[in-house]
Amino acid sequence: MSAETAAKVNGWEPKIVAFCCNWCSYGGADSAGMGRFQQPPTARIIRVMCSGRIDPLHVFNAFLEGADAVLVTGCHIGDCHYVNGNDKTKIKYKFLESVVRELGIEKERLQLNWISASEGEKFANFIRDVTEQIKKLGPSPLKPEGVA
Amino acid sequence: MNDTETKSTETKSADVKSSDEKRVGVFVCECGVNIGGVVNTKAVADYVAALPGVKVTSVNKFTCSDSGQADIQQKIKEHNLNRVVVAACSPKTHEPTFRACIEEMGLNQYFLEFVNIRDHCSWIHMWEKEKATEKAKDLVRMGIERSKLLEPLEASEVPVNDTALVVGGGVAGMQAALDLGDMGFKVYLVEKEPSIGGRMARFDKVFPTNDCSICILGPKMVEVARNKNITIMSYSEVKEVEGFVGNFNVKIEHKSRYLDINMCTGCAKCSEVCPVEVPYDFNEGFGTRKAIYVSFPQAVPLRAVLDMENCIKCKACAKACERGAINYEMQPTYTDLNVGVIIAAVGFKTYDPEPRHDFGYGLYDNVITAMEFERLLNAAGPTGGHIVRPSDCKEPIRVGFVNCVGSRDKNTNIYCSGVCCMYTIKNAQLLKEKRPETDHTIMYIDIRTPFRGYEETYNRARNLGVKFLRGRPVEVKEDPTTKNICVRVEDTLAGEIRNLEFDLLVLATGVVPHEGINQIQQLLKLSKAADGLLMEAHPKLRPVDTTIDGVYLAGAASGPKDIPYAVSQGSACASRATILLKNRKAITEGITAVVDPDVCVGCGVCLPMCPFQAIKMDEKEKKANVMKALCKGCGTCVTACPTGALEQSHFKNSQILAQVKNVFKFPEVAA
Repeated sequence: MSAETAAKVNGWEPKIVAFCCNWCSYGGADSAGMGRFQQPPTARIIRVMCSGRIDPLHVFNAFLEGADAVLVTGCHIGDCHYVNGNDKTKIKYKFLESVVRELGIEKERLQLNWISASEGEKFANFIRDVTEQIKKLGPSPLKPEGVA
Repeated sequence: MNDTETKSTETKSADVKSSDEKRVGVFVCECGVNIGGVVNTKAVADYVAALPGVKVTSVNKFTCSDSGQADIQQKIKEHNLNRVVVAACSPKTHEPTFRACIEEMGLNQYFLEFVNIRDHCSWIHMWEKEKATEKAKDLVRMGIERSKLLEPLEASEVPVNDTALVVGGGVAGMQAALDLGDMGFKVYLVEKEPSIGGRMARFDKVFPTNDCSICILGPKMVEVARNKNITIMSYSEVKEVEGFVGNFNVKIEHKSRYLDINMCTGCAKCSEVCPVEVPYDFNEGFGTRKAIYVSFPQAVPLRAVLDMENCIKCKACAKACERGAINYEMQPTYTDLNVGVIIAAVGFKTYDPEPRHDFGYGLYDNVITAMEFERLLNAAGPTGGHIVRPSDCKEPIRVGFVNCVGSRDKNTNIYCSGVCCMYTIKNAQLLKEKRPETDHTIMYIDIRTPFRGYEETYNRARNLGVKFLRGRPVEVKEDPTTKNICVRVEDTLAGEIRNLEFDLLVLATGVVPHEGINQIQQLLKLSKAADGLLMEAHPKLRPVDTTIDGVYLAGAASGPKDIPYAVSQGSACASRATILLKNRKAITEGITAVVDPDVCVGCGVCLPMCPFQAIKMDEKEKKANVMKALCKGCGTCVTACPTGALEQSHFKNSQILAQVKNVFKFPEVAA
């Protein structure tokens, strides 16, 4: 049985780890709540002060623990609360992407998005889109057995 | 209140708070029905009560209410809790409330972990109650595990020197200095030009009331000079800024005027005898001034300045000066200041259409900018207030105005400068009032009159007979014999091409950052937006603050502004600065980067990561050093550190990874 069919049969839901910066994307997730923008209950948000704090270590660990997708989010370029932390995130993300690709993880499983504190609908749409993409792919190949 | 108390056999020793044993209390909020209507809060509390370290759980209707907070405080006491997890709304709104709540009980405020199960759960999974409850369990579990690793932190307090520095003596800076001076604080007002007054001193009349600009500004300039708490440092520039909120060390350069400012009386006898004439910058290059001159009649301080670049050293001025103030060998001098706060009101310049020859400017004599028009209108200007055209000094009859030059244009600046519609209407109106036989056409994209009295000014201009034509000139040519300006423009309302001939064409140039803005941006470590103007901490809620504590922005340096707006910002800065100046102390964030000197190898990779220059390399010890008062706690440097010597307090790797790990249920936990 392919991962896709297994997912359909078991009603499997992916688990997504979303790293959000305190000032923009976490606020965007709050705005999604305030606007009641419904989204699948797949994401677990981890707050950091700046997307520049998101370490490749955190992302790899998330995959090793069983994440079906990891999201790196922050302020729009030029809007960083700490001047340019997100510019550095962008550079690190390129590196992250290449390593993740080399591990044989599909590109949909690691995504970068800039979401401002006012973009609640964008946040909700993002979670919905990623969930749809991951549902098609099935569980992550790195997911340890039995982890939910 | 539903309590689930986990039986514990531990003795309640007094030092339990500092001991290694983690005693977690979990407080789940129902937020009325906001959370409770979707998430089964009781089930969440029951689930987490079984997790290791959790000593007590509680479900409240409103945890943030007085009774909810009292419940937390009571349970801290009863169960000797040393970690508190609140599962409720957003930490962005309620974290300070609960931090204060636990601090009152003697717990370090950073021992609070806030879990968002409303905005991030109940509100966005309204029709999936079971899944939302499962998600809430995950989120609270993540929070509990993180809470166990939290460490106490102290928000540090730094003393604030109660003096202020205002950079820029335009109307915004003057207002800030006056307000602070009147409140009793010592203020240094640094202005790079020989006189304070800024751009407003050059305007003829100001909209919408058409008061004479210098007549209302002049008395204010004198008021600044007479204020005992304000020291004006004219013809001076900020050269160095070191330090942080409350304690900035600033080096000011006083450019040499080549005369003793204390001896000079501003009598201008030196100017009378000076044989050198150079274009007069104050009049936008129209007319001339001498090499030694007083910048304008109302200058404050009213002192001469010698322009050494154009001086021929004939020494006529030295002979004419009765007080012997002139000194050709004078060198710049420097003053070191220590100030608590800095207000940057560094101003703007108008867009220069010369390099691109917008609408023929620089190619044809009779195309001038609005600022040049402004000086021509001025009674103290080069023509004594007579509008004449540059090619033949004749008074023009047909005058065209082009709006949005250097604004709302993809080729120059995309933003609207906000003031050009109004000053163009004002200029047309003033000339029409002076010489009713003149004929005016304003070519515009949109007319913007947003504030009090502005629309009325527009209507008045229409009633006076000023014509408004919606369209942007597509071709501007000069008639070689008459030097008249021929404009081809589409009247977009009538839908036809018009060929118009003007005696004079005036360009409404927009507001752009001046050259000095980069220097001040680097000195004060400010951010610049994509439009090249300085950026405020928050465009709506913190419009005069910057991301640097103790540094504020006023006036057009942070975006085009009219005079009332700039003055309000000056006052706003003074008011914001007073919070620090009066309290004489500033609280700096407890969350900072921390270096483990035993692990640091002094590679310096972290240094360029910090946009606040908060990391200094101890050259002797070869160790990185975080200046806590400068560190904003973003943690970007931590990610860059190759040895793991840097950590971000409250967001340590172990703390973040504890959350990552607990997103998932492992077989033994799930079983």
